Amino acid sequence: MWLSKFAVSFVPAQLTSSYWLPEPNSTFAPEVDGLFMFIFWLSVFFFVLIVGLGVYFALKYRRVGTTEVVVPSASHNTALEATWSLIPTALIFVIFGWGFVGFVDMRTPPENAYEVQVNAKKWAWNFTYPGGLQDSDLHLPIDQPTVLTMTSDDVIHSLYIPAFRAKMDVVPGRYNKLWFQPTKTGENVLFCTEYCGREHSGMNRKVFVYEGGGVEKKLAEIQETMDNMDPAELGKITFTKSGCMQCHSIDGSKKVGPSFLGLFGTTHDITTGEKITVDENYIRESILEPMAKIAAGYNPQMPSYKGQLREKQIEGLIAYIKSLKNSSSK
Amino acid sequence: MATIVENPSLTGGSPGAEPVVDNYLTFTRGWKSWAFTLDHKRIGVMYLFATLGAFFVGGVMALLLRSELFFPGQQFLSPDMYNHMFTLHGAVMTFLFIIPGIPAAQGNFVLPIMLGAKDVAFPRMNLGSFYLWIFGAIYLVAAIIFGGLDTGWTFYTPYSTTTNTSVILATTGVFILGFSSIFTGLNFIVTIHTMRPPGMTWFRMPLFLWATYATAIIQVLATPVLGITLLLLIAERAVGIGIFQPELGGDPVLFQHFFWFYSHPAVYIMILPAMGVISELISTFSRKHIFGYRFIAYSSIAIALLGFLVWGHHMFTSGQSAVSATMFSFLTFSVSIPSAIKVFNWLATMYKGSISFATPMVYALSFIFLFSIGGLTGLFLGALSVDIHLHDTYFVVAHFHYVMMGGTLIAFLGGLTYWWPKMTGRMYDEFSSQMAAIGVFIGFNLTFFPQFVMGARGMPRRYADYLPEYEFYHQLSTIGAFVLGVALVAAVGILVKSLWTGPKAPANPWGSATLEWQCSSPPPHDNFATTPEVGDPYAVESVKWSDSEHGYVKNPSYVPSKDH
Repeated sequence: MWLSKFAVSFVPAQLTSSYWLPEPNSTFAPEVDGLFMFIFWLSVFFFVLIVGLGVYFALKYRRVGTTEVVVPSASHNTALEATWSLIPTALIFVIFGWGFVGFVDMRTPPENAYEVQVNAKKWAWNFTYPGGLQDSDLHLPIDQPTVLTMTSDDVIHSLYIPAFRAKMDVVPGRYNKLWFQPTKTGENVLFCTEYCGREHSGMNRKVFVYEGGGVEKKLAEIQETMDNMDPAELGKITFTKSGCMQCHSIDGSKKVGPSFLGLFGTTHDITTGEKITVDENYIRESILEPMAKIAAGYNPQMPSYKGQLREKQIEGLIAYIKSLKNSSSK
Repeated sequence: MATIVENPSLTGGSPGAEPVVDNYLTFTRGWKSWAFTLDHKRIGVMYLFATLGAFFVGGVMALLLRSELFFPGQQFLSPDMYNHMFTLHGAVMTFLFIIPGIPAAQGNFVLPIMLGAKDVAFPRMNLGSFYLWIFGAIYLVAAIIFGGLDTGWTFYTPYSTTTNTSVILATTGVFILGFSSIFTGLNFIVTIHTMRPPGMTWFRMPLFLWATYATAIIQVLATPVLGITLLLLIAERAVGIGIFQPELGGDPVLFQHFFWFYSHPAVYIMILPAMGVISELISTFSRKHIFGYRFIAYSSIAIALLGFLVWGHHMFTSGQSAVSATMFSFLTFSVSIPSAIKVFNWLATMYKGSISFATPMVYALSFIFLFSIGGLTGLFLGALSVDIHLHDTYFVVAHFHYVMMGGTLIAFLGGLTYWWPKMTGRMYDEFSSQMAAIGVFIGFNLTFFPQFVMGARGMPRRYADYLPEYEFYHQLSTIGAFVLGVALVAAVGILVKSLWTGPKAPANPWGSATLEWQCSSPPPHDNFATTPEVGDPYAVESVKWSDSEHGYVKNPSYVPSKDH
């Protein structure tokens, strides 16, 4: 035992899976990492063979001066050529088969898994938990399979959790399923990996894994905080976590949509030529049916948040926008 | 046009006292003699300038992107500008440089001469192909000016059907460039079929011709699919026909199938000619007959055909059925075999050779090194379960740069330095050129190797900003990119300098046995006065070094053997 540990201590860190791959925090990780390292060592072997032979021949048979002796040698050898065609062929069968077995597992969600609905939109994630609670972070139970049923409101996104070795595109107009089983409590990062526009690189959230009952406790806590929070405070959190901030600034600068600074109570033009006053009803309508009235000078791009924000959160957002008074410029 | 009456006895690379030989560069003068030329060599040279110009533009964009990524957070490019920049870097490099780079620039110049012919089969179509390239490039530039483009070079729907940027202008440009590519391919197929000289059977063709032939098949068969796809995309954007747009009942993933049905074979349009160049270089600079000629020739055709069947590996995470993913994974692995065969054959060619480290060989050796890494890392991406983790990360970015840049660009430079004396009639400075080639090699590895590490650790691609844990690898990569940029400018600068200061090139400076080295450097307008005698293209013993010529001349004691 100590001997193997001793031997391992001489292997440079760069040759181990913990150097190359993120923390292995799901049941897929050992499978994927095992194959990754198998291909890694196979590649190292062939790379050393190819480059080693190349360097050896280049040095041994290097030309000295301009006079060279050309010794004609074989330009063809069927046995040799068959060998170096068949050995790689056999090896790729192994890699293919191994990858296939792991993949079938990844594509076969088990029965009675914990189910979470996922909605992606430019540029926010929304997770709906059993019971209808929602959050923009992903909360999961440990050692229990979770199935994500995912769709997008606008363009294609892709949900990727490196520590789980799990990834699946989130496509508008269809449901893609992704499953995994976390094996470690704690915090992991979740990325969007299908290019989706300006804030693509900002579209990352956290994945929290809890011991038994922890998820329910956490979700109840989120619920309770929401219920008891000052509406403007809740609005501020919703503004950051639900993706509003990706398109609306709070400092007066123009982004994809109008800034919220000093917006409440103002009157402005909409694309039909009419004028509207920004009041509670207008904000509410703009969140639920964004295409109804488009502010002049902006493109109709905003996705609807119908069913994805709770009444409390909409009220919170209204209160938050109200609170953003234009103090400095007046 | 041509009014000069040639004396046939003076053309052809007859060694000895300087004969008065016309050359294609000075054959006629004035800008019109270039703009309306039908000479494949001049068209090749114009393509060379144009594609190198595009490469420079794409390279500057790459350096801007890498500079932005030196630190996390925003430096000087807003996320929108970053997205425009990476899109145009990809589009310019792919459609304006790598696809036409070797076939249209070097292939155009060399292919007819290798066949001992005067020109390609359809010289007007050849010029037409060049002007289509120009028009396509103008459309791409117009797209930059009128609203930019932020879809990625892949134009994925529904992003491309909903963004405000100039998708229609850019796709029109790519559509036109597609025709440019089809024209080149068609021309090469017909030329190779009909204009081979007596004695040049299919298996006496240089392997570069096998490679360009295989490439041409893909250009002609796959590019129309891209054309159709882009027209559908334009129709979807302009009038909403509802084929890709989910609200209208379309399927956005269908676009990916259409797009990769062209674009995956297109990566073989990019790499096959490069492999052809390497086969020529390894044999010439090892002074050895190429090893396993038939295996290499067949492997080009095998790659071209199998390349049509693997497009689905770009969609392992798209939600396509597990059965299709499995089939595509299996077929993807099958393509790796012909590529591996080529690498082993090149190594066997070096065995017992007389290896020179002239610049083209330095590039050929670095090709073997870089292409091996590019090919082997493809195994990770072809394996289904591992690909799920690596898909759309920097691992993929590193992999295709090792193949497309470490492969195609390095072979492009190898071919350029190899045929430069033939194209220009000048020798460049050998030592500084070797140093530049080594600089390119070091800069390249420093740029792209760290991207494998950060990709495997989860860094997604096409990110304008990143988490601080990836900073170290991004910084290595950015430093490498600048080393690479400087080395590339030096490599081209040394070649350009040779136009003024380089000594005159002999007809055959490297000792190759293919036909283009039998005519003078630079070749006369008609290439050959009489159809040259065809031998084994890899019988390097048929030429020997001559001190007085500073090049290789016919070996009088050479007796063709029947083995090859």
